[in-house]
Amino acid sequence: MSDRSSLVAASASRLQPGPAGRKPRRMLSPRNIMLYGTLLVAAIYYLIPLYVMVVTSLKGMPEVRLGNIFSPPLEITFEPWVKAWSQACTGLNCDGLSRGFWNSVLITIPSTLISIAVASVNGYALANWRFKGSEVFFTILIVGAFIPYQVMIYPIVIVLRELGIYGTLTGLIIVHTIFGMPILTLLFRNYFAGLPEELFKAARIDGAGFWAIYLRIMAPMSLPIFVVAMILQITGIWNDFLFGVVFTRPEYYPMTVQLNNIVNSVQGVKEYNVNMAATILTGAVPLIVYFVSGRLFVRGIAAGAVKG
Amino acid sequence: MTNTSVSIKDLSLNFGAVSVLRNLNLDIRDGEFLVLLGSSGCGKSTLLNCIAGLLEISEGQIFIKDRNVTWEEPKDRGIGMVFQSYALYPQMSVEKNLSFGLKVAKLPQADIDKRIARAAEILQIQPLLKRKPAELSGGQRQRVAIGRALVRDVDVFLFDEPLSNLDAKLRSELRVEIKRLHQSLKNTMIYVTHDQIEAMTLADRIAIMKNGVIQQLDSPDTIYNAPRNLFVAGFIGSPSMNFLRGEVAASDTGPIFVSDTVRFSLDGYRAGEALQPGRKAVLGVRPEHIAVNGETAELHEAVVDIEEPMGADNLLWLKYAGQTISVRVNGARRFAPGAKVRLGFDPSLASLFDAETELRI
Amino acid sequence: MDSRAARRPSRLLRNIPAKIASIPMILTALVIFLGGTVWTVVYSFTNSKLLPRLSFVGFDQYERLWAAPRWIVSIQNLAIYGLFSLIFSLGIGFLLAVLMDQKIRFENTFRTIFLYPFALSFIVTGLVWQWILNPEFGVQSVVRSLGWSTFTFDPLYTSSIVIYGVLIAALWQGTGLVMCLMLAGLRGIDEDIWKAARVDGIPAWKTYLFIIVPMMRGVFVTTLVIIASGIVKVYDLVVAQTSGGPGIASEVPAKYVYDYMFLAQNLGQGFAASTMMLITVAIIIVPWAYLEFGGGRKRV
Repeated sequence: MSDRSSLVAASASRLQPGPAGRKPRRMLSPRNIMLYGTLLVAAIYYLIPLYVMVVTSLKGMPEVRLGNIFSPPLEITFEPWVKAWSQACTGLNCDGLSRGFWNSVLITIPSTLISIAVASVNGYALANWRFKGSEVFFTILIVGAFIPYQVMIYPIVIVLRELGIYGTLTGLIIVHTIFGMPILTLLFRNYFAGLPEELFKAARIDGAGFWAIYLRIMAPMSLPIFVVAMILQITGIWNDFLFGVVFTRPEYYPMTVQLNNIVNSVQGVKEYNVNMAATILTGAVPLIVYFVSGRLFVRGIAAGAVKG
Repeated sequence: MTNTSVSIKDLSLNFGAVSVLRNLNLDIRDGEFLVLLGSSGCGKSTLLNCIAGLLEISEGQIFIKDRNVTWEEPKDRGIGMVFQSYALYPQMSVEKNLSFGLKVAKLPQADIDKRIARAAEILQIQPLLKRKPAELSGGQRQRVAIGRALVRDVDVFLFDEPLSNLDAKLRSELRVEIKRLHQSLKNTMIYVTHDQIEAMTLADRIAIMKNGVIQQLDSPDTIYNAPRNLFVAGFIGSPSMNFLRGEVAASDTGPIFVSDTVRFSLDGYRAGEALQPGRKAVLGVRPEHIAVNGETAELHEAVVDIEEPMGADNLLWLKYAGQTISVRVNGARRFAPGAKVRLGFDPSLASLFDAETELRI
Repeated sequence: MDSRAARRPSRLLRNIPAKIASIPMILTALVIFLGGTVWTVVYSFTNSKLLPRLSFVGFDQYERLWAAPRWIVSIQNLAIYGLFSLIFSLGIGFLLAVLMDQKIRFENTFRTIFLYPFALSFIVTGLVWQWILNPEFGVQSVVRSLGWSTFTFDPLYTSSIVIYGVLIAALWQGTGLVMCLMLAGLRGIDEDIWKAARVDGIPAWKTYLFIIVPMMRGVFVTTLVIIASGIVKVYDLVVAQTSGGPGIASEVPAKYVYDYMFLAQNLGQGFAASTMMLITVAIIIVPWAYLEFGGGRKRV
């Protein structure tokens, strides 16, 4: 006991009067109030549309007409959601958004898989097996990514028509693969180029060829970038409107196109609550992908954007 | 049959307009440990990659075991290679790493198992076989990487700076192991490094490269004591050789070396050619070949500038004849800055170079 | 790959699998991107109506285009929308990034909130903001019901300001991305710079303005190019939010192209308009590409 107290006393006695130890910091400094205040206001601005969507979709039409869009629902009803999913009308069809949803699923899954398969092999070839001219094609591809789609749409229509797949899901999948190629190829090329070149050399000494190295060495090492690419493609393809409207027939319209047709149809009484429910339903898939993937999503768009 | 293992004839490599290797010839004996030494960008790794078949050469031929492999795929050349970054396949266990190449080559499983068992025994990595590379230490990884070359059962091992990623202590440990491995396997080994110590300790012969050209190919001893040109003399040895510029002159006692401020007797220097008086020359003396306050006949005065005690020995930086020279003395001998000392050296240990051609005289 | 013979394979036959794997890329680059673009430019000089026909009429389509009030409105809208969206998204995005970079708590939460609109499509974005800006039920009516009965905020139904209504929605959707890019840029700056500035006693705002921003030049330029090429393509947002209305007040070039190609059966006009879009993008991209990748290489 006496030992310890003497130790404490000794160490205390060494301190000079004045500032000692941790500098006190106030949580409520003017700087922090400014900082968090601004962030909070901004956060509210970004959250309002989501809030309004949800609130409106849970109200009945009479309440929508009476109340203001920001007030929470007095009586929660899920009827608008049911109606949006299975009864809302586009033109002559009145089977709701469900048709568009399944179309979007049928478009998104194969488009995502095929575009990633094609682009990853491509990026791998560009990173590790360069041949004469490969960089030229790649440059054209990347520059082409900046060309407005409108410039290339009609020639593609002609090509697809010649192939007999204009208006079909197959055609649309090909279009998504084409326009996903620049960004995905870039993504994979940069990723594979970033892997140690010595691994590739070691595999060649081991006698592995183009496909063996890709399938057994490169691809298994690159799962994160495949996930990033999936996120990028699922959200991108699900959210597409232009290609859906140009390259498919009405019975294959993806969800976005159908949503727009439901909400902006000029016939009938506007059912704002149903419209908002339909809007949420359409945004749900990419939102879920976003919330689940979190950091990888950020990485994906950064990777996709920064070296665009 | 010759006893040549790897033979490189008139090899050139250009990347576009840039010439990386120029008209290079090199014969490596069977079972020899050859070190390619040079600073980065000298072409040593490039040459190794050419031998491995990982780079396509522009001109010339490569023979391995008397077989022209110039256009062969890497796997068909009878080589194994160890890389600086280990290059282990991260998603495979050590065992899978070792067997990958053998499986690609469709060897029978029994054969594969036998080879892995042998390599694991030689390198003492049996306990690691089921682990992933990420679970190994740097030294263990490099051992596995060597194992991958070992299981290929090849004649020629290529090492591309294999120890550069390891810390100093591990590096010297693995250096000894590689030497032991070479002594027991007696394979041909070609070893690229920028580390002089590795080169000096491991090599049967060292090839010093600069700008894609081999400057000197000789035993470590010859390279150290009789460098063929000024570049090799300055490159090998740390701190590097001291150089004095001047010319050869005649005197009563034989040829001497003179400059504005100094004159040395060259008595005892084994010149390869006649020492013509008046020839412009550079005299090189290694730091450890200069005696401080010794008994040598000729003594020159110098002033201690900086002292760097290193334990075993003590490095002195001296002001002498208008320039700074370094001298290595026993660690027990200490000198204060500003102290005056007297220097002497033995001409038989010095090197003399032509000032124009920079070649050894 | 399986050549055992010591015969040098010809240049064309070497690396075969890589070349096969690159076929989709080569086809896309040559046929679609290069071929398609050239095709459209060539046909913009024809009088193609319902079907493309190679009967050249010189610059007729372009004269007609620049005489069309709807095209002029589209270009004006694009200019206003483009200018403000560049200024505001860079400004807000950078500001938010700086705030996020202050070692704040809940950084992930804030980031999630700022970025989630970017996961949503332009259609969803357009429709939500159409609803919020609805004069009968939206912001205007809410403010009026609070007692300010003359309050007017009705961008989507007022021709002169409708494009700003679109701008609000676009900024909501896109600034999160800019913030993320900027934040990545800020995080990429050597921590020692900050330490040096702190030891030198330079105030934080000055450090940002005179040291950090110049160091982030690359990030700014890249972000600028991304925003700019997105601006030119703006289409879905307008379709969903205003359908180009009221009247033609919120038309944009991309919509002009689509309408003339697929609705008005006037392909020539569509091609001419899309060629103008291409030129606009080229004006943005070519100098950037030149700076970024250096001259010398051939570009499209």
